[in-house]
Amino acid sequence: MRDVPAGYRHFHDELAVLKQRLLDMSERAESLVALSVEALLERDRDKAIAVIEADEELDRLEVEAENQAIAMLALQQPMARDLRFLIGAIKVSSDLERVGDHAVNIAQCAVRLVDQRTAVPTVPALADMARRARAMLSDALDAFIRGDGALGRAVGKADDDVDAQHESIFRALLADMMGDPQTIAPSLELLLVSRNLERVADLATNIGEDAVYLAEGKQIRHRYDEDAPTPSSNDAT
Amino acid sequence: MTTNIRGLPGAVVLERFSAWFGSAPALHNIDLAVRPRSVTALIGPSGSGKSTLLRAINRLNEALPGARSNGRLLLDGDNVYEPTVDVSELRQRVGMVFQRSNPFPRTVFDNVAYGPRLNAGLKGRELDDAVEDALRRAALWDEVKDRLRENALTLSGGQQQRLCIARALANRPAVLLLDEPTSALDPQATQRIEELLYDLQPDLTIIIVTHNLHQAARVSRRTALLVDGVLVEEAATDRLFTRPSDSRTEAFITGRFG
Repeated sequence: MRDVPAGYRHFHDELAVLKQRLLDMSERAESLVALSVEALLERDRDKAIAVIEADEELDRLEVEAENQAIAMLALQQPMARDLRFLIGAIKVSSDLERVGDHAVNIAQCAVRLVDQRTAVPTVPALADMARRARAMLSDALDAFIRGDGALGRAVGKADDDVDAQHESIFRALLADMMGDPQTIAPSLELLLVSRNLERVADLATNIGEDAVYLAEGKQIRHRYDEDAPTPSSNDAT
Repeated sequence: MTTNIRGLPGAVVLERFSAWFGSAPALHNIDLAVRPRSVTALIGPSGSGKSTLLRAINRLNEALPGARSNGRLLLDGDNVYEPTVDVSELRQRVGMVFQRSNPFPRTVFDNVAYGPRLNAGLKGRELDDAVEDALRRAALWDEVKDRLRENALTLSGGQQQRLCIARALANRPAVLLLDEPTSALDPQATQRIEELLYDLQPDLTIIIVTHNLHQAARVSRRTALLVDGVLVEEAATDRLFTRPSDSRTEAFITGRFG
């Protein structure tokens, strides 16, 4: 394959800018998730408020990334892998923005727990779950930016562990609540936190699936049969 | 899949088809089954053999010095390169439209009437009907019905190109070949031709050579990519432009070569 011809250099420069935007968004989204869980565990109200305020920046980056991708679709009309990348980028930026929303939800739980001034059950698994969800997000972004289908699939596998963790946290909190009604209010907050972390891992899984589509042109979502013919590709025969 | 398509009326099937100009190979062992009643686009870099392949179907290449070919090229299951084939009959069944519209410097009517008069011996009312029918199918009738006696060269570029399509349709061909038919036209005239191809495909095997990838994507159901005289990939157009199988297709349609 020869070098990129001059007419397309502009397009590839733009692609590099868009990739950098997604990486910036991902870094911010991951750090918001980390901060929100820290705020919760350290019962640090200021840190929680900082997360809620910082989410606006992520919203702004999403709009910028989406506008750039739409403009590239309209002006350059890319095809094949380039087309798959831009469609994926729009979905990825939306998923990252939602990761930020989940961090805000966690931060709001942290604020309420501080304000409730009640004893909070200890759930050591939460910190580990947060760490896993962030690692999945980071891998998913790597997979998408590098077009690494194998890594994209691995993210989906890791999601099963996070789902199992969420399930076990739910059971532990349920046991606490049944044992002591005083713990119901804080336990419900922690359940929400667990649920939000589980959603972050789901969004990372979506991004991993977009990476597979980018790399291989295969839809692996919803166990979709990737080789089933679409109506428009049916033959006249 | 080739065997399924081969027997269909209007199917164009190439089997290990090669072509040369002098000692230079132009097409190499092409196996391609073109479906009837649909539009197939041929894409590829300049000099990849797209036009040579198109012109092989109505044996237009043999007018060029040193041209020869090998392998089989079937229309309706019959090899068009058999010595018994009458080339002028073949060209009635396989109409062709070129990059530059080339109406005869005669009236609009005479341009379209030429084939039916000569080949089917039509005259009078029958001839009038055949001309009107061809002009309607080419989506030109409403614009020229009051100008039938005017010189065809007074029509606009887009109208002239549709007149050439009407002239080909008047012979009731099974196959319509188009070689860059809109590259000299403005976007509006281009759109009219593309819509026309869409409307014509229920009755015809249409093969279009185009340098405009987006045109290929818009108008065709199947797309074939040629590179250096070799068929790289032939697939449903939606698949080829979103998820091509061959890395050379990927490279070509994303502008990384060609």
